[in-house]
Amino acid sequence: MDWEELRRSRATRSDGDVMLEVRQLTRFVADKPIVENVSFAVRRGETLALVGPSGAGKSSLLRMLNRLDEPSSGTVLLEGVDYTTLSPRDLRRRVGMVMQQAYLFPGTVAENVAFGPASRGESVSAERVRELLERVNLAGYEQRDIGRLSGGEAQRVSLARTLMNDPHVLLLDEPTSALDEDTRFGVEELIQEIARERNLTSILVTHDMDQAARMATRVAVLEAGTLRQIGPAEEVLKTRDA
Amino acid sequence: MMHNLIAMLLSPKVFTGLTQVGVASLLVLATVMISYWGRVAIGKETAVSMVRGFVQIVIVGIVLIVIMDTTIFLGYVALAFMIVFAAVLSKRRAQGLPHATRISLTAIGVGSGVTVLIMIFTGVIAPNISTMIPVGSMIIAAAMRTNSLTLNRFRAEIEAHVGQIEAGLALGAPPSTVVQPYVRNTVQAGIIPAVDTLRSLGIVFIPGLASGMLLAGANPIYAAEYQFAAIAMLFAASTLTSLIAGLMLRGTIFSPAEQLVLRP
Repeated sequence: MDWEELRRSRATRSDGDVMLEVRQLTRFVADKPIVENVSFAVRRGETLALVGPSGAGKSSLLRMLNRLDEPSSGTVLLEGVDYTTLSPRDLRRRVGMVMQQAYLFPGTVAENVAFGPASRGESVSAERVRELLERVNLAGYEQRDIGRLSGGEAQRVSLARTLMNDPHVLLLDEPTSALDEDTRFGVEELIQEIARERNLTSILVTHDMDQAARMATRVAVLEAGTLRQIGPAEEVLKTRDA
Repeated sequence: MMHNLIAMLLSPKVFTGLTQVGVASLLVLATVMISYWGRVAIGKETAVSMVRGFVQIVIVGIVLIVIMDTTIFLGYVALAFMIVFAAVLSKRRAQGLPHATRISLTAIGVGSGVTVLIMIFTGVIAPNISTMIPVGSMIIAAAMRTNSLTLNRFRAEIEAHVGQIEAGLALGAPPSTVVQPYVRNTVQAGIIPAVDTLRSLGIVFIPGLASGMLLAGANPIYAAEYQFAAIAMLFAASTLTSLIAGLMLRGTIFSPAEQLVLRP
């Protein structure tokens, strides 16, 4: 069943503009709440930044959005479909993730980019790998061993690898925090350009308020696992500064 | 039988053996003292293992005297007991790994059990208790060592590659594919002792079985051939154990929603 059919048959709500809806998401670890009763919705093409101090639960919340971690209660709707009704593999190819570190697999750049579809037994054309590498400014890198990449190049490969799945939503877990300043801006710009081109919905975890201001259309503030504030980036960041 | 047992326990050989045990224990004591001097605390574990090992082997000797002339069925029971005990000992190396007892029992049981049974039915191991128990125990011990190494290495591999594993899962890859390189490393590491034993056979050491046969006056060529057969059995048992443990472990570290549940 393709996604459109699946969405029509399983969607529990019909607001076509909402890509991802988080409903009272809660996660306990060792009886301690890490994320508590968080609800929000993200619209198609929008970038939402999750900000807050260390240990606020930003990354924990993000990891629940593609079910790398299981919520203790609550759920997430992807285009109106309760994500627990999807297989984890279907969900994760549609809700892609770029992590803080690239975590590339041993081998060549092309093998890494093709990994997602290839691991599920789908065919991957060399042409598609070449196009994606060109798009992340790594033309001609197909046969390069990942051991010979700089930090910025590795993160671009990681982005290309995620895009290979054609995700509807992009989860970005501090994707530039391990990079030096010059490289950081390059990767940040690239992510923004691609998100715009593909009308991707993105959720960005960052502790850098300036980055949130540059990249996000809306900002959500988390503190001690609960959602304290959510609104247009300018408005929220202004109140935080004050 | 009782008369036999008393005669053997009071034999002058037993007293000679006790002297040898005393000398060997002094040597262990010396290494323990050296370890304290080098601030490597191995004293308590060594002392406990030594006393325990001595008591166990003496008990086994007595049990062997008792069951030697009885039905072969008791031989199979003794081997089954050894397998269970080996699994319980081995799973202690599996801190934090789910289902370690079940995996150890299956891996050691199938790995050594299949090997021993094939060798008995093909006549390589004579179907009598005095051959089955020592050769079988050797194979079970090798399977146990392999299983402990496999459990230990698997945990280390997974803990060292949490990032790559979760990156793979986040790309929608099946857990079995994501974890495959680490299962391969684990199985390869698990059989290193068995491979080294095969490689060094006859050059670095002449194992106990051949030594015993030579001391008992057997034809040296036959002793060597039989020893090779025994080492090949150890290799087969180790490889099978490591493969079974590795493949079973693969399925235990993911939740039904394909989330990695084993964390450092």
